Parts: sequence; structure tokens; C-alpha cells
Amino acid sequence: MSIFIDESTKVVVQGIGSQGTFHAKRNQDYGTSIVAGTHPKKGGTTWDELGVPVYATVKEAVEEAGANTSMVMVPAPFTKGAILEAYEAGIQTIVAITEGVPVHDMTEVYDTVVRRGGVRLIGPNCPGLISPGKSNVGIIPADITMPGKVGLVSRSGTLTYQIMHELAQAGIGISTCVGIGGDPVIGTQFLDVIQAFAEDPETEAIAFVGEIGGSEEQKAGEWIRDNIPDTPVVGYIAGFEAPEGKQMGHAGAIVKEGGPGGESAAEKKEILESFGISVAMNPSEAAQLMIERLGD
Amino acid sequence: MDLVEFQGKQLFRRNGVPVPAEGTACRTVEEVEAAARGYIETDGASAVMVKAQVKTGGRGKAGGVKYAPSVDDAREHASNILGLDIKGHTVNVVYVEPASDIDEEYYLSVMHDRVNKGELIICSREGGVDIEEVNRTNPDAVVKRTVLPSERENGLPKEIALEVMTQANMPEDVRDEAADLLVQLFAAYLAEDATLAEINPLIKNGEGRIIALDAKVTLDGNAAFRHDGYGEWQIEGIDNDDPLEAEAKSKGIQYVKLDGSVGVLGNGAGLVMATLDVVAQNGGRAANFLDVGGGASADAMAQSLGLVLSDPDVKSVFVNIFGGITRGEEVANGIIEATRRLGDFPQKLVIRLDGTNAEEGRRILEEANLPSVVSKPTMQEAAAEAVRLASA
Repeated sequence: MSIFIDESTKVVVQGIGSQGTFHAKRNQDYGTSIVAGTHPKKGGTTWDELGVPVYATVKEAVEEAGANTSMVMVPAPFTKGAILEAYEAGIQTIVAITEGVPVHDMTEVYDTVVRRGGVRLIGPNCPGLISPGKSNVGIIPADITMPGKVGLVSRSGTLTYQIMHELAQAGIGISTCVGIGGDPVIGTQFLDVIQAFAEDPETEAIAFVGEIGGSEEQKAGEWIRDNIPDTPVVGYIAGFEAPEGKQMGHAGAIVKEGGPGGESAAEKKEILESFGISVAMNPSEAAQLMIERLGD
Repeated sequence: MDLVEFQGKQLFRRNGVPVPAEGTACRTVEEVEAAARGYIETDGASAVMVKAQVKTGGRGKAGGVKYAPSVDDAREHASNILGLDIKGHTVNVVYVEPASDIDEEYYLSVMHDRVNKGELIICSREGGVDIEEVNRTNPDAVVKRTVLPSERENGLPKEIALEVMTQANMPEDVRDEAADLLVQLFAAYLAEDATLAEINPLIKNGEGRIIALDAKVTLDGNAAFRHDGYGEWQIEGIDNDDPLEAEAKSKGIQYVKLDGSVGVLGNGAGLVMATLDVVAQNGGRAANFLDVGGGASADAMAQSLGLVLSDPDVKSVFVNIFGGITRGEEVANGIIEATRRLGDFPQKLVIRLDGTNAEEGRRILEEANLPSVVSKPTMQEAAAEAVRLASA
């Protein structure tokens, strides 16, 4: 099994420009079923690189090509509209890769699509997700990993690749890896993914990559302590060296000056360790801790 | 993007949030004197306020906000405040405005609610002081109300604003007016793509009117595409960015100056943060945080390297790339392009390249055989080498 995507995933790509095409092609080469692209002015044509139809709307992609998942690769000013369009077309899983989407746009999108619509939205500003051997939706390089039993969830794209890579070199594969994104408003939270892993019989251990800022990691940690105390769980919180009050890239990655406690990497590590979770100081150590926990 | 007080008041004014009569932003004692003379001698104001314009809290406690009943007082305060350091921010601009008669002080804000994914209204009858202190000592006095998008399709309903004011036990004679101001503040927050709009203090003045005596506004830089005026909020002398940070910002590169000697450049904020951690754990200190972003082109790589190498504190550079959307051959070409453009530079570059098209990237780099470039297969080994080179 896997979570959120599998062999039955049929993807429509919203945003068929050069980046969208490059990554959709890689997803397709991996075996992902990409069934269509959309472009408001290119409906009725063929997406040559992928050999699939282009529709003017997502609705047509759902009705005519059977799409059930959308990958959103449109520029930030159009992302809100694209996600809402996919939702209204009946898509059940929406993966928004685009970065730089305004907070107000996502607040409204979250309210409509996730809170009231009950649709699985991943991202925005995320690398997407991969269930090795089954499906890859997004920009995660698939050739660095393989099927296995570790569920991986992360707020950071490249950092996830790092840990997948190090695990793979030790012969450890992944059930599903979900990059949830680092923005202040994202569709799927840490805890949502961890709960889904807990219910997945093929996921035997969980690795998660957090960051400075916010308190999602603590919330997830508390749930792990109370519900799956026997599952091996390893974490890493990026940003031990991040100075207070400075924005470090992601919109969410900031240790707030005078903010509520527990936003720094050191504070998060301490809290998570009190919940029985092994927390590493860097990605290599996280992979190492996971290898040790699985070897027990 | 944070605004200073007078900019926040401009933004309030154009959105119908009541603020005091417009004042003057000044950079010299003479300008302050002229402004104070105008308000006191010509307009008949009883006094003026001289207020430091810095992007940090605690101005009052640091001596950055003064009441001046005469032109002489205003001049004296200006000479003390201009040049003052408030939590690392030098005061280069002060705002002079006619002093308001204060009858009572309250607190009101609207901010992005990260936990509930909506907007959070905070209101307190006790304002003008540290709101977090009030929150600790008298939590009942601080009313918090989350508003979800589905509750405010045509702006904040007046009933919600009134409910907040009633819960906060605002005086009955101003409750309705304060609720109106909250509706306007909320509209301003939405219209301007703010993530914070805070008024501390909100006051009842001598005539019993409710006005925003201060304004603290943060705008969402990601929404700049739909606000032509965002660039105008950048003010020289207030946006005290490091010159390299400012240059990076203008090129769309995420760069933060730090105090070590190992230049750090990578793709993705998480990986770059992790790189800082690994450099520190190998006994070094990062000189900067630079995220070239997703899908970095050869040109962006070259510009980013140029930026890091131009920092005299940088003794070595650790280029840490794990390609997803970023492609290895682009990174390699960017490094080659950068070394061509920059000519001779004394620092060595330690490169670690993995992910999308990494093999091609590594091949390109190897064939280019650049004397300033060292390749390492893992993040740990590259960090150790960069630290070694920085301390050599």
C-alpha cells in the first residue's frame, strides 16, 4: 500500500510550460499515469512531449480522460484559480508545486477545498509526493530511492531528497514520501500524513523533517506518543543555526522574536525527545538513526 | 514586508481607518523643527509627538517616542532620537505629528492565524502597553476571535466586530465606533494583502472619537504582483538591509548575512538551513544563508556565487545542491560561468551535487577542470572540507 497516490492515480497537469513539461515527462517516464494537460487556449491539441491530450479545462480532463489527481504547476498569481478549478471539477487529490502563492489566496483555498470540501490538497510550495514503484507526482527525483517501509514527510523538498538518498544507500526504501511544503498555509499538515502512515500496513517506520517556526512538529509528536508509541519514528529539525527573527527562505521558516515558545530547532528537538522520538542534528544523522532503529 | 508607523498610517488612511492628522517624516533636526513650528505656531496644535521610525517594537521604552509641547522640545528630542540605536536598528527617520488628546488606550489587531488558517482578531481594553504582559497577567482582558473566510465573504460583518467589542468590554459610548473601525481595519488588511495590521494604542481622544494612534503593518511580499505600489514602501535608511542582502533581494535570491567565514549556497531553504547546521557541527561557521531557489538557472547560480564571493568574510564556499526541480547540468554550467565572469578569486569552492541530472553536472565540472573547484561526494565530507579551507 501507499498513501494518497498509487497505481490507480491518473494525473492531469495544470501548467504545461517548460517546467511543467519537464517534470511531468519525468513522472511519466517513472510510470506515473499522466492522462492530460490543461491550458485555457490549447484545448483540443496534443501535449507532444507526453503524447496525451490537452484540454481547456480540468473538467474535461476528468470527464474525458478520467483524471483523479491534479498536479498544479502554474505561476503563483494563477495558483488559487487553478486549485479551485480542480476542486470544482471533482478532483480528489490536488498537488500544488508552485511557490510564492499569497497567504490570503491560500487561506481562502484552504477554507473551500480542504476544510469544507474535504479534498486532499498537498502544498503549495512543495516537491509533491512519491510512492516508489507506483507513482510519482511532483518534482522529487525518483531515481534516488526505491520501494520500502519508511514513510517520510517533510516541510522541505531538497532536504527530503537528502534523507531518502542516504537511506537508499543503506538499502532502505520508502513507502511514500510526502513533501508538504513550508508555507504558512498548506493543505496537508504533518499530523495528517503521520496519521495516514500509521494506518498504512506497509509503513513500518516514520521519518519526518521539520523546520524552525510554528508548532506542527510538536502537535505531531504528541499524537505519536499517544497513539503509535511502538513505531520507530525519527525526526530532524532544520535550522539549529538560524538566527532569531530572520526569515530563512520559506515563508514559515522564522524563529519569532518574542513569539510563543518552542519555535527554534533546539526547543523542538527537546520537546520531541520528551515524546520518545529520536531527533537528529542533521540529515545524515537522521538517516543513521533510522537505520539503527530498523536494525533493532 | 514590514512597514514603519507613518507608512502604516498612510495605508490606514487610504482605506478609511481613522488616524490622526497627517504628520511629516523627517531625516534631520532642522526638518523636525520646521514641521513642529508649522503644527504648533501655524496650525495651533498644543504639542507634537516625535517618533522614531524603525522596524522593531519597544520604541517607547528605548526613548524613541517623545512628547514635545514646544518647538524647542521637538528639536531637542529630534537630536536625541535621530541616530539612536533601537535593537540594532539605527533611527534615520522620525515622524512628527500633532499630539492627540488621549482619554483611554486600547489594543486592536488583525493577523494571519497560522493555526486555524483564517484571520485572528485580538482586542483588549487595556492597550498602550505590552500586550503580551496583559495577556499573561490578565488573560480575560484579551479577546481573541478567529474569522474564517466563509464568515467574511463581503468583509467582516459588523455583528462579529460588535461581538468582539462587547466581549472586550469596551466602553459603551465608543463600542459602535470601535466596531466600525475594526470592520475598516479588516477591509484594509484584506485589500492590501497584509499578514498583520496592529494598532497599539487605539485611543479614545479628547472628543470621544476612536482613532489609530499607532500602526504596525506587515504586507505579504508574495502578493506584490497585484499591488503596483509595493516598491514605494521601500525607504532608504529604514530598510537597513545589509547591502548584499538588498542586492540579492533585487535579484529574487534568498540571502541572509551571517557572521562566520564559510559561504553557503544551496537549493531549497531546508537544505540550506541543514547545511548551516552541518558546517557548525564540523567546527565552522556559515558566513551566509543563500537559497538559489527552485529551478535555478546557470545565470542565477553565477549571480549567487558572485554575491557570496564578494563578501570579504567568506574564506571558502560550500555549494550544496540536491536537484529536484534544479538540474545538475545547469548548476555545473552556472559554476563555470561564474568562475569565468569573476576572474581570479582567492576562495575555493567545495561542490556537492546530487539529484536530477547530477551525473551530467559532475561530468561537466570534471571536464572543465577548474582550479578553484573541489568536488566531494557527500554533504558531510563537503562540509568538513569547506570548514578546513576556511580556517587554513
